[in-house]
Amino acid sequence: MTLTGWGRTAWAGVTAARPERIRDVYEILGDVGDDGLIVHGAGRSYGDVALNRDGRVLLSERLDRILAFDEATGEIVCEAGVTFAELIETFLPRGFLVPVAPGTSFATVGGAVANDVHGKNHDRVGSFGDHVRWFEMALPDGQLIRVDPDTQPGLFAATVGGLGLTGVLLTVCFRMVTVPSARMEVEESRIPDLDAFLDALVAVRETADYSVGWIDALASGASLGRGILQTAFFKTDAPATFRPRRRISVPADLPGWVLNPVTVSTFNRFYFRRVPEEGRTGERAADAFLFPLDAVGRWNRIYGRRGFYQFQCVIPDDAAGDGIRKLLEIASSARAGSFLAVLKTLGGEGRGFLSFPMRGVTLALDFPARRGVRELLHRLTDITMLHGGRVYLAKDAVLTPEQFSEMYPRLDDFRAVLRDVDPDGRMRSDLSRRLHIRGEGEWRATAGSSWAHPPA
Amino acid sequence: MAGDCWLILGASSSIARAFARAVAERGDRVLLAGRDQDDLARTAADLGIRYGVECEILEFDALAFDRHADFAALVEARAFGSLNVFLAFGTMVDQSQIDRSPSLARLVLDTNLGGAISILSHLAPVMEAQGKGRIVVIGSVAGDRGRRANHVYGAAKAGLHAYCQGLRARLFRSGVTLTTIKPGFVDTSMTWGLPGLFLVASPAACARACLRHADRGAGVRYVPAFWWGIMTTIRLIPEPLFKRLSI
Ligand SMILES: Cc1cc2nc3c(=O)[nH]c(=O)nc-3n(C[C@H](O)[C@H](O)[C@H](O)COP(=O)(O)OP(=O)(O)OC[C@H]3O[C@@H](n4cnc5c(N)ncnc54)[C@H](O)[C@@H]3O)c2cc1C
Repeated sequence: MTLTGWGRTAWAGVTAARPERIRDVYEILGDVGDDGLIVHGAGRSYGDVALNRDGRVLLSERLDRILAFDEATGEIVCEAGVTFAELIETFLPRGFLVPVAPGTSFATVGGAVANDVHGKNHDRVGSFGDHVRWFEMALPDGQLIRVDPDTQPGLFAATVGGLGLTGVLLTVCFRMVTVPSARMEVEESRIPDLDAFLDALVAVRETADYSVGWIDALASGASLGRGILQTAFFKTDAPATFRPRRRISVPADLPGWVLNPVTVSTFNRFYFRRVPEEGRTGERAADAFLFPLDAVGRWNRIYGRRGFYQFQCVIPDDAAGDGIRKLLEIASSARAGSFLAVLKTLGGEGRGFLSFPMRGVTLALDFPARRGVRELLHRLTDITMLHGGRVYLAKDAVLTPEQFSEMYPRLDDFRAVLRDVDPDGRMRSDLSRRLHIRGEGEWRATAGSSWAHPPA
Repeated sequence: MAGDCWLILGASSSIARAFARAVAERGDRVLLAGRDQDDLARTAADLGIRYGVECEILEFDALAFDRHADFAALVEARAFGSLNVFLAFGTMVDQSQIDRSPSLARLVLDTNLGGAISILSHLAPVMEAQGKGRIVVIGSVAGDRGRRANHVYGAAKAGLHAYCQGLRARLFRSGVTLTTIKPGFVDTSMTWGLPGLFLVASPAACARACLRHADRGAGVRYVPAFWWGIMTTIRLIPEPLFKRLSI
């Protein structure tokens, strides 16, 4: 079957298996063929991290059971294919919420561990891996092992943010947090330019429950970096009732020309003006605030069948003003039709050797796949490196092995664990080959790259 | 029918798991029966946490005929007069494998046909005594016409179909309904080589349809419904032609 990342720019023909019981996983690991195996969760990573071209893929969606929940502590144990949407539907009415939520609720718990995902509250609570108490996994050789940070520190740090390369996560134990209601008070304010934006984000990073900035990436000159800052707090005087939102869905690929600089900048301007000059405050369902894009099913189709790229990097605080400005200048002058860009602060390093976060400011930009966009991504990557930043592997399409190892200084520790648990390289992905994650010589003469256009 | 109790036989299969969620969601109690107790315990925990329903697990082996009477008695005791049954166990062995080792044929028949008839025969009086309840039996389109590709499995399912027809008539007299569901392709668990089938139904959709048909006391239903058309066409092909076809 053919699988793709969320951006639909990376495609891979794979042999897939979809286990329903834990013991099926051992059978699958017993026969991974010559080209290795990778787990594919909900496929919400944009690029090639959950793909394995011409190789094998384990689809984790049916490993979807919640195994234990302790009302007193909020501690939950669930199988790795459980999605955030299911957790919210089940627990928000009882006053519990996942401690960290990525921008889509369709992601799985396994995917959240393997990419050590962050939310709009990273400064205060860290990333998903910071809340994981232990997990059970099948190592590449089929051995079942329970891993916690105290008894297995190396394997823990290699698996959190480990891109699925240390084995198959089976169950994960983490702590949910209590919330006073299912509704949030969301404050929105217009921010005129980048400097004001960075100041505003930094001012609320430790106080707001959640904060996120939406930037008009096509604005330039004096209004470069203008946008809307949202800060949100849980309401204490609202009910916990939760009703799943009605979703509309994009029925088919839109033609590629629909998103062009004119339509996108019109949309962006509208988005900016929607919020009155003096700002506004309103009440919103928590899931509507946390997962705004989930309201539209399969929205990745608006970019047409050629798909799109997302670029996301983080730049350390002291270089952020300069670095983010250069990135936005390049993006807006390329007129490549980037929709709203997302700007957030991050609080510090994650627990994984390859965790993405560091203390600084993160910027995410979408680009429809057109000619010249990969060169643009390379330029953005270069700027990121110059400012001591790093690119998020869940989104990346263009990093080179050299850039990758410079951005992720704990790579050697990661490799040491891999050599130990997976000496034969049974776990492999298109990303691991592209970035030579296992070290020199991880490549395959027969395999091409998965960055190709969709099969006709 | 909240407050009911559903016995799920073969509760590790994907349709059974989805069905258990569908009935638990509306508040019914669930008895999960099967061989893989570890797996059933995980499903039981999940149903309890998600839907707050009571959920028990029972050891059941379709091939352990001599224990079926005791099993039925246990179920009767645990169901408190509101038993419903969802029968989803079965084993699918490749015809080519049976052709190579013919003694496998017996396993297929004993599980899919013998085991099902045996346990239903033991449960029927329990249902008659309570004078109400639903039985859902997962059959297969494979029983509609013997095909070269799976005729042992098909024979078992055809036999089961005939048994259910008769049992339905018997139970009808005491207000118990029996619904035979014939799923087309449902995208169940598979190891390597998940095919690119397009006529597939998700287990959740299939389970919802099963429950809908059971609630209405329907007799025989194809899921998804268009399979009725496909199978009617396949049944109409004359035998001299059919034997030459590779379907
Ligand atoms: C609209 C949108 C918004 C997003 N917002 C954010 C955000 O705010 N913050 C953020 O951090 N990310 C964000 N993301 C990215 C997304 O959260 C991550 O890519 C996440 O990992 C996706 O989870 P998944 O279940 O889809 O995993 P996949 O994309 O399928 O896989 C991701 C990785 O996890 C591994 N994996 C999955 N399951 C297992 C398992 N059981 N065992 C071992 N390895 C496993 C895979 O091998 C792969 O390496 C966003 C994505 C979208 C589409």
